[in-house]
Amino acid sequence: MNFLSLFVLIPLLMMGGLALARNMKQIRAVAAVGSSLQLLLAAVVMVLFLQERAAGNTAEMLFIADTVWYAPLNIHYTVGIDGVSAAMLLLSAIVVFAGVFASWKIDPLPREFFLWLILLLIGVFGFFISINLFTMFMFYEIALIPMYLLIGVWGSGNKTYSAMKLTLMLMGGSALLLIGILGIYFHSAADGNLTMNILEIARNNAIPHEAQYYLFPLTFVGFGVLGAMFPFHTWSPDGHASAPTAVSMLHAGVLMKLGGYGCFRVAMFLMPWAATQLSWIFLILTGISVVYGAFSACVQKDLKYINAYSSVSHCGLVLFALLMWNTTAMTGAVLQMLSHGLMTALFFALIGMIYGRTHTRDIREMGGLMKIMPFLSVCYVIAGLASLGLPGLSGFVAEMTVFVGSFQWSDTFHRVFTIIACTSIVITAVYILRVVGKLLYGAVQDEHHRSLTDAVWFERLSAITLIVAVAAIGMAPGWISRLIGDSMSVISERILQYI
Amino acid sequence: MDFSNFLWMRDELTLLAVILILFLYDVFGTEKSRRFFSATACTLLAVQTALLFLPALAGEAFGGMYRTSPAVNTVKIVLNAGTLLVLIQATAWIRRADVVIRRGEFYILTLMTLLGMYLMISSGNFLLFFIGLETASLPLTALIAIEKYHHDSYESAAKYVFIALFSSSLMLMGLSFIYGAVGTLYFSDIAARLAGTPLLYVGLVFFMAGMGFKISIVPFHLWTADVYQGAPTSITAYLSVISKGAAAAALMLILFKVFAPVAVVWQPVLWGLIVVTITVGNLFAVRQKNLKRFMAFSSISQAGYILLGVIAGSATGMASLIYYVLVYIFSNLAVFGVISVIENATGKVCMDDYNGLYRTNPKLSVAMMLALFSLAGIPPFAGFFSKFFIFYAAVQEGFYVLVFIALLNTIISLYYYLLVVKAMFIRQDDCLIPAVQSDGASRFCIALCVAGIVVIGLLSCIYTAISGVSFGM
Repeated sequence: MNFLSLFVLIPLLMMGGLALARNMKQIRAVAAVGSSLQLLLAAVVMVLFLQERAAGNTAEMLFIADTVWYAPLNIHYTVGIDGVSAAMLLLSAIVVFAGVFASWKIDPLPREFFLWLILLLIGVFGFFISINLFTMFMFYEIALIPMYLLIGVWGSGNKTYSAMKLTLMLMGGSALLLIGILGIYFHSAADGNLTMNILEIARNNAIPHEAQYYLFPLTFVGFGVLGAMFPFHTWSPDGHASAPTAVSMLHAGVLMKLGGYGCFRVAMFLMPWAATQLSWIFLILTGISVVYGAFSACVQKDLKYINAYSSVSHCGLVLFALLMWNTTAMTGAVLQMLSHGLMTALFFALIGMIYGRTHTRDIREMGGLMKIMPFLSVCYVIAGLASLGLPGLSGFVAEMTVFVGSFQWSDTFHRVFTIIACTSIVITAVYILRVVGKLLYGAVQDEHHRSLTDAVWFERLSAITLIVAVAAIGMAPGWISRLIGDSMSVISERILQYI
Repeated sequence: MDFSNFLWMRDELTLLAVILILFLYDVFGTEKSRRFFSATACTLLAVQTALLFLPALAGEAFGGMYRTSPAVNTVKIVLNAGTLLVLIQATAWIRRADVVIRRGEFYILTLMTLLGMYLMISSGNFLLFFIGLETASLPLTALIAIEKYHHDSYESAAKYVFIALFSSSLMLMGLSFIYGAVGTLYFSDIAARLAGTPLLYVGLVFFMAGMGFKISIVPFHLWTADVYQGAPTSITAYLSVISKGAAAAALMLILFKVFAPVAVVWQPVLWGLIVVTITVGNLFAVRQKNLKRFMAFSSISQAGYILLGVIAGSATGMASLIYYVLVYIFSNLAVFGVISVIENATGKVCMDDYNGLYRTNPKLSVAMMLALFSLAGIPPFAGFFSKFFIFYAAVQEGFYVLVFIALLNTIISLYYYLLVVKAMFIRQDDCLIPAVQSDGASRFCIALCVAGIVVIGLLSCIYTAISGVSFGM
């Protein structure tokens, strides 16, 4: 048991605390204290990681601990982190912290809401610390199922349909994944010492090419469903639009990152040969995601749908950049995950707060909010600017890195798709500015809105936390992109040796 | 005659002793003293279960007629644990005025079928196997009809007895063909003399069809839904887990021990059966409104998953099959526990009646939900582990396509399990089921099942222990 397992243990203790809590106050206290502890832990882990790296430890993964779980089946519980996982843990902790404050007044059944939310956390954190295929898959599935009830019970709109669609599509992805990881396991070693440990599988590098040929699509699509890859993205707009605020934040901010993370950690890292052979198919699909998502966002009238389609576009860019294989683009992909996670969480938090006041998310029924709720509106503008890639905010750093990396390919195919993907920047500006202009600066549409109040303390805390993080990446991207770049170069070099 | 042979039959004899004690108690006990009948029955079975944990024997008695091994012993423990849970769960129902008069029969007949299952799995000869099979089937007919004045109960008993007889005669015909082909009914001799003659294959087909009725695999499943719906809920629970689990274990042991040399013949047959069983079970479950029918189709598809362990034919396959049955017992009995509590209190068994159940009966709803998640294979509940292991075993032997089809089916199954969760947690209704006051025994049983669902998966020692005694073809 090493300290990384605390990431799973703290949520477990929180669940125990919630079960004992007697009133709303205690429920909030448990949630707030737990998520703060989690944030603190993530920060400490990040510092420890940087210290260890500074001290010259160049191992692929640090803080590895291995416990045998099911000896007859060779299943271990193995944890360990590299730069990317450390960054993802920090991202998740920030979003969760903000999410808890954004759902401060959740109603009805607050205890159950937080219980499910925390079960989701166990899945997310457990996934990022695992380096064993079995535990990774288990935590991945743990993160999926709470979504059904979170959306179904506390959601809005067509919630039962969305919840069922989301759950079934994601579980369909994980069904592909399960056969994929079993296949990887049974091909993991040439000498019969089969293993589920990702690092050992990569070291053995024994998966035969014909097996890679079908295992790679299975795992890539399996994770790609959660990464909202076209044409498997359709759960995402419905799911995000129906989900309650904190769930949209966590889902778009963190859960969709599990997809991208799994794509490079499992599919591309373990099967580099197939990645070089089959990437072109997925490059086309993700290219479609990027542009199609952006265009769809332009014509939506519901605020949440706009951001849901924008998520499809941005998460498509993550997978797109990963498939470019070079270190720059892959670093950009992870930066995009971080950037998108923070800014989408911010978007959904703000939309939730606005919706809580106006009781509508239709942009045609709102206007002039800048005068009515200046704090929320300014935050919205900041989130919008981050989304369209304004220098100084995280979106710029991420997209710049992605496109610089992608443009390093000089062949026509990659060039064309890079240019197509680049157009999404312009389209993003269209739909962001359209909403900002209409919603914040237009004329007040509904006289009742004039009497609405601005954000209260817990809402401000939630929004400010996320804005600080967005700005931090935008202002000082150096250390984090070095951190990520060091880890991604391992994967990138493994793939590039096959071309 | 060498009476020391009987020592090998330790488990059967202790169970027989329990049955006899209960019989005497029922016949000679006064009306007043019979108050403790249920408690006595459960305690005696618990003691007998504890005796099963004595160091397992391995060997054969009566010239190979009876064989036992640690693996067989483990299956008996699993079956006993399940039966014990069913008996505890039935306490409230059997106390009801219209059935209390048949309380003695209920316990004695149930344990009698358990004895039959013991003989089925530890036989070394097809004759003893057939006797075990009949002992396990015929008392079930009486059990299904135990609510004699209840039309459904009566009807489903009639259906069951016809099906049981029909499948037994198919089985007997198969056995006689096998006898004709190899000239013996002893398992070890058959395995040694097995030659791939057409006569043997015909016998094998009839044998598998007969077992198919017992395990209710498609296309031999048509009796399942009607019988499950009509039978008293505790009996349905017993049918769906213990009877099915024992038959699957028996099929596995015989295919491994006797028909291993012709595995190339029965594996493709089983492959097809698994695919249709899982798919048809799932597709029919989607449309069911009555929860007992719903669970019938769910249990058909679960049988398909169980058979994945048989087709693997390896030690891992056997271990994961036994483990799957164990987890399935706990999950399914939790579901039936909730259904029977609600049914006993309100008489409602339809899915629509469960709308908004969480508002009035939060604990029952949560127990039901966890059990359904476990059946659907959602982590961290035990069902996830058992499904993963059984897929693991099948993929290990190269059945990628089969596992892929089974995995696609888990999504359908998740859909219909979520329908029940949706009814309980999300849907609202004007006429909710009122808060149900369940009796202590049912609560205890449901709590035990839920604890099992949570713990069995996370503790690896149970699987490791099962794996230690398993063997392959």
